[in-house]
Amino acid sequence: MAMLEVNNLSIQFGGLRAVDGFQVSIEKGRLYGLIGPNGAGKTTVFNLLTGVYKPTEGVIRLDGEDITGKSTIEINRAGIARTFQNIRLFGAMSVLDNVKAGLHNDHKYSTLAGILRLPSYFKAEKEMNEKAMELLRVFGLDGEAEYLASNLPYGKQRKLEIARAMATNPKLLLLDEPAAGMNPNETAELMKTIHFVRDNFDMTILLIEHDMKLVSGICEELTVLNFGQVLCQGKTAEVLSNPQVITAYLGE
Amino acid sequence: MADMKKSMSKTSKNNYITYAMVIAIFIVVQALSATGNLSRLLTGLLVPLCVYTIAAVSLNLVVGFSGELSLGHAGFMCVGAYSSALFSSVFADTLPSVPRLILAILIGAAVAAVFGILIGIPVLRLRGDYLAIVTLAFGEIIKNLINVLYVGVDENGLHVAVSSAGLNLAAGGKQIMKGALGISGTATLYKDIKDYFFLIGVILILITLFIVQNLVNSRSGRAITSTRDNRIAAESVGISVTKYKLMAFTISAALAGVAGVLYAHNLSMLKVSTFDYNLSILVLVYVVLGGIGNLRGSIIATIILYALPELLRGFSTYRMLIYAVVLIAMMLFNWAPAARNFRSRILERLRGNRKKKEAA
Repeated sequence: MAMLEVNNLSIQFGGLRAVDGFQVSIEKGRLYGLIGPNGAGKTTVFNLLTGVYKPTEGVIRLDGEDITGKSTIEINRAGIARTFQNIRLFGAMSVLDNVKAGLHNDHKYSTLAGILRLPSYFKAEKEMNEKAMELLRVFGLDGEAEYLASNLPYGKQRKLEIARAMATNPKLLLLDEPAAGMNPNETAELMKTIHFVRDNFDMTILLIEHDMKLVSGICEELTVLNFGQVLCQGKTAEVLSNPQVITAYLGE
Repeated sequence: MADMKKSMSKTSKNNYITYAMVIAIFIVVQALSATGNLSRLLTGLLVPLCVYTIAAVSLNLVVGFSGELSLGHAGFMCVGAYSSALFSSVFADTLPSVPRLILAILIGAAVAAVFGILIGIPVLRLRGDYLAIVTLAFGEIIKNLINVLYVGVDENGLHVAVSSAGLNLAAGGKQIMKGALGISGTATLYKDIKDYFFLIGVILILITLFIVQNLVNSRSGRAITSTRDNRIAAESVGISVTKYKLMAFTISAALAGVAGVLYAHNLSMLKVSTFDYNLSILVLVYVVLGGIGNLRGSIIATIILYALPELLRGFSTYRMLIYAVVLIAMMLFNWAPAARNFRSRILERLRGNRKKKEAA
């Protein structure tokens, strides 16, 4: 069974059908790319998958479970985590606390236990600190654990956002233009990180990207979106050589 | 691993500094008053100072940590003050003063918390300016409601009405709340422990600090701060924004209620006109000037700004002028980028010196 199974997903904003009959099936452990020209509806697909928008039509199944129309919080608990095109970190919190906020539903203790500093507080906080530092180490951010998130350089902010998403222990990770604004060196490093996350955590990853080097470098399968509709789907090499895709997106 | 330990001990060290500061101030004030260096006027200001400190610290939880601008803090203080004063008056003869006061504090906090939840549920759907306006309105509504309320007690129990005559008290009944005249004589009920009110106030400040600091540095506190920094991201990692905003609002309301209790029990005359929006704004000024999200700053700002107008009485006409200048100076000191840079440079140099000494 596929990890993510989407059928006939559509959303209507007034007279505009921003996403129309979108469908995709992503196997577990796959690195999957969603590409297309600006305004094609890629981020809208992400917002539909994470419950920011409720679909007008269609069904979304995560690991067999129907999550259509659920709230963002329920969907995160079901196992989808995401990053944002315009970075959304908790800027005034430390890097470590950003990841610990991601662990919010993983290590629970009551508010009262937190105020009164009961043993459950110390136990959970210790586990959270260890887990968060482990994740930060994976992303090479352990040296900056005490920094304010907003003081990190751009590339590291992107990585921290992925680390925070990973902290929620997802089954499916959605990355919205992870390489946007990065220089070639940073992008190369990011590619390694994404690969590492997939291999190490056995993660299924769906990413939106314009950087074709990254897309052709790491994505195993692609869906091309154009005007809200699926233009082409399949193995990366085949999709990228499809004449329709070349006319609509890549250019001759 | 070492970094982690350092960061944990850093926050707890910070917390202890705040407690120590409050206790140190208390000891200094006690020493001054024991040696007769404290004027009657200043002695009279000590308990109100505790009231405003608790109010400022609790408001900082909402404004600083959950990032919502609330202008109805006086309303929660009002609810706490009246409910507890009412309780104290009704049980004046049945309970000794110490347990009565403790119960009054708990009741004031609980009633204010209930109002916090009731107001918070609709209000927290709003954001920014709209939230500020609605909380402001709420404060005024509470004030006006209590202003027309008459409560009396007789052998048949509690009577509530909107006019003195409407109470229909039996012979021997006692009117407690008299509309605009408020509740009188609450302080006289605690004559025997009157001298300890400053101590009680300081203990309440420490409890407030304990609650707010520990909350902020816990799982729920992180959730509250995350909803301030980025709502959408908070939801994307499974944090319920509504739940944690409401939690911060309710705990803040309960602590404002405690401030109200202390206020009511220190006065012989409790009048609702005290709790107008000026009071909310005043407390907000303490929070903003002390530094949003900075609890120790709230305390320092409250002390300086509350004591200042009184200390400046000698300047008579220039009093408010100097007050305004101090406000501007504090604002600049806390928020102007140049002042912040200057402060961090000084701090670094001090730390550097200490390190050099340690190395030597």
